[in-house]
Amino acid sequence: MSAARARGEGPSAAYWTGFVVVVGALALSPLVLPEFWQRFATEILIWGLLAMSSDILIGYTGMVSFGHSAFFGLGMYGAAAALLMLRPPNLWLALAAGLVAAAVVAVFVAYFSTRLRDIYFSITTLVFSQIFYVIIFTWTEVTGGENGLTFRQPPLALPGLFSIPFTRNGLHWFVLAVVTVSYLLLRRVTQSPFGMVLQSIRENEPRTRAIGYHVERYKIVAVMLSGLFAGLAGALYAVQNKFAAPDFVLFLVSGETVIFNVMGGMGTLVGPVAGAAFFLLMKEVFSRVFYEYYLIPVGIIFTLMVIFLPQGLLGFLRRRLNQ
Amino acid sequence: MIPFDQIFVQIVNGLVNGMILALVASGLTLIFGIMDIVNFAHGDLFMLGAYIGTTAFLTTGSFWIALVASVVVMAVLGAALQVTALRPLLGRDPLTTILATFGLSLVIQNYALWQYGPVPRKILEPVSGHFRLFYVEYPWYRIVIALMSAAIIGALYLFMKYGKHGIWIRATTQDRVMAAAMGIPVPWVHTVVFAIGAAMAAASGVLFGPTVGINHAMGFDFTLRAFVVVVVGGMGNLGGSILASIFISLLESLATIWVSPAQAVIVSFVALILTLLIRPTGLFVPTPK
Amino acid sequence: MRFGGLAALNQVSLSIPRGEIRAIIGPNGAGKSTFFNCITGVLTPTGGRILFEGDDITGLPPHRISKKAIARSYQITNILPGATVLENVRIAVQSRHHSWSLLRHHRAYRDVIERARTVLASVGLADKAQELAANLSHGEQRNLEIGIALATEPKLLCLDEPTAGMSVTETHATVDLIRRIAANLTILIVEHDMEVVMGLARTITVLHYGEVLAEGSPAAIQANPRVQEVYLKT
Repeated sequence: MSAARARGEGPSAAYWTGFVVVVGALALSPLVLPEFWQRFATEILIWGLLAMSSDILIGYTGMVSFGHSAFFGLGMYGAAAALLMLRPPNLWLALAAGLVAAAVVAVFVAYFSTRLRDIYFSITTLVFSQIFYVIIFTWTEVTGGENGLTFRQPPLALPGLFSIPFTRNGLHWFVLAVVTVSYLLLRRVTQSPFGMVLQSIRENEPRTRAIGYHVERYKIVAVMLSGLFAGLAGALYAVQNKFAAPDFVLFLVSGETVIFNVMGGMGTLVGPVAGAAFFLLMKEVFSRVFYEYYLIPVGIIFTLMVIFLPQGLLGFLRRRLNQ
Repeated sequence: MIPFDQIFVQIVNGLVNGMILALVASGLTLIFGIMDIVNFAHGDLFMLGAYIGTTAFLTTGSFWIALVASVVVMAVLGAALQVTALRPLLGRDPLTTILATFGLSLVIQNYALWQYGPVPRKILEPVSGHFRLFYVEYPWYRIVIALMSAAIIGALYLFMKYGKHGIWIRATTQDRVMAAAMGIPVPWVHTVVFAIGAAMAAASGVLFGPTVGINHAMGFDFTLRAFVVVVVGGMGNLGGSILASIFISLLESLATIWVSPAQAVIVSFVALILTLLIRPTGLFVPTPK
Repeated sequence: MRFGGLAALNQVSLSIPRGEIRAIIGPNGAGKSTFFNCITGVLTPTGGRILFEGDDITGLPPHRISKKAIARSYQITNILPGATVLENVRIAVQSRHHSWSLLRHHRAYRDVIERARTVLASVGLADKAQELAANLSHGEQRNLEIGIALATEPKLLCLDEPTAGMSVTETHATVDLIRRIAANLTILIVEHDMEVVMGLARTITVLHYGEVLAEGSPAAIQANPRVQEVYLKT
């Protein structure tokens, strides 16, 4: 084991220990935490998934997207549509519908990602999420407009085998399972040859092109991947909260996603999850002291971090995690 | 039946809105042209300027004093922000400045919410009264807005072209290193430009104030539209952004004949996307040879 | 090759036989970089064609040129600064093998890693494998430049001022390196340093104001009076 570490190969014992501890703690939390904090923990997981999906683009490929609220929101509404239109409501179809809806948006964004660079890409993603917000807000017959959609929570079911309605804890474990599997999958992808190409694009796009990589194709896949997992987060949110609202397509969600990434540490996958937890905790704590003005100190802290701690809380782990 | 009268009224509206937007956007494009900073908080400077105008208006009762007061305060605030938050970021990649100004935007928006509360404020317009424009009683004040905006932009243009410090600014925009070599204090030029941008945003805010309720969230729409304008007009191109502002606002106003104002905004987004696909350097920029 | 009204290259016609080391020299502004960029797909020539092993490669984008087994190094070091030296080369090797694998760890492909180590050894950087590329000395970074290009298994290697900014010792080392790797390659070098060129190249082409001034063996070029007048005197 230590020989492998010395050669710089293989994840260290420390990493896996840490991983098991965190997942274990999250698994045991329903038995320990009071209800409010329990819900909080589940929400952190879902936002963490969104943050991870965004890290694929921002941290690994170097493409800053301000439009993740579009993926998230459409995942939410896609799941909502499935849960409203199909009787009985089916969990798996809801998730799948969310993924499909997010994928449709991702196709558009992917197209633009190949034609636009840097700031123009970022502004375009911002504009995209606004367009979707306006459509969802004004197309009241389909999306419920301002009021959104409400629906019943589907049970955890395998057709023909069993069907158990979710308890609060049951849902938490389900979300934990989905997010953990997503993390492991995304981690594997970022360490694959494909993931190494993404990082190469981030470090030096023209050189990556010059050594023979068709950069556009890689960007398209990166966007699709990012969009799908963001949509999954949205679908999970819909299932957890039993409603879909246009607020989640607002730019603020995209902005918060970027904040999670920057605060937690871009390019580490776990960093953004920590960033989400950190941000949401700060929001909770500060809103007790500052009420609805909690964003003032949070905004100040964020700006200071951008200036003085650009690698984020866990950024120092980037090299170790990505070997 | 083509609704000619509606079209005409909306053209006038579009021109007026375009001038306001031009005032906001020219500050943004100036800041981008000289410092490569995409100021995410620009619309919030507009909003804060409007709010400060309300305070000044309440204490003095005069619209014009309120306008001047707000401009001065925001210019100072803009300078302070640039020196503290943005100067340390010189030389880092554009993503960092977008994030930093995004953070500033959050702080400014919520500060306004804290200080002024959620209930929209109003300023009384200095010139009341309407004139008859087709089927509508059109307020004189809106014409005043357009003329004042044009005047301010004109003053800026003359300053940039002929003023001694205006020439400094243009020199720094063209070549930062050469300007410094010639003895121009580049960091202060940056601060002054940011202050000018903030001041112009504030002026638009106060001018725009009497036509709507001022609330803490109004800035974002303007930031977004200003981004669209700056891209469509050509990054850093002052004349282009003015033309683009009018163009976009005309499109939006005309669109409201057929769709709701909330949906009309999509028109400007489509214009942005088309510009980026077809003429990425800007619709109103002469074709690079 | 015209840029607007300016003809950067005018009727430049070259033919490089396989296995040769060809040097392109000329004063600043002669069109060397433009020529280089035309061949490597950065610029599309406004007129004329470029043929490689019988294929017309005029106007192909950089990644397609690379796939045709033409590699280039850069005058201004253009590496992945945040990655290790090994990774810089490994990613270049990977472009030829398993580049679309998504679900296996990149380290599982031992053949790619071994090939990368071999390339590193051939450019003398084997012991720096785990160093961050940004921490290398200038000379080492220039050699990494060559290594990255070499890693893509090219048939034609285009080197853009490979000894730019190097000390005398470093330059000698790099010249030896190029001689070693020249065995199975065709090499095109753009260079300023006459000593490097004289010692390495079999044929030299001299460009001046976008036109071919002279072409021949190093001895012939050195003796050529027009070349002396224009270039060697500086």
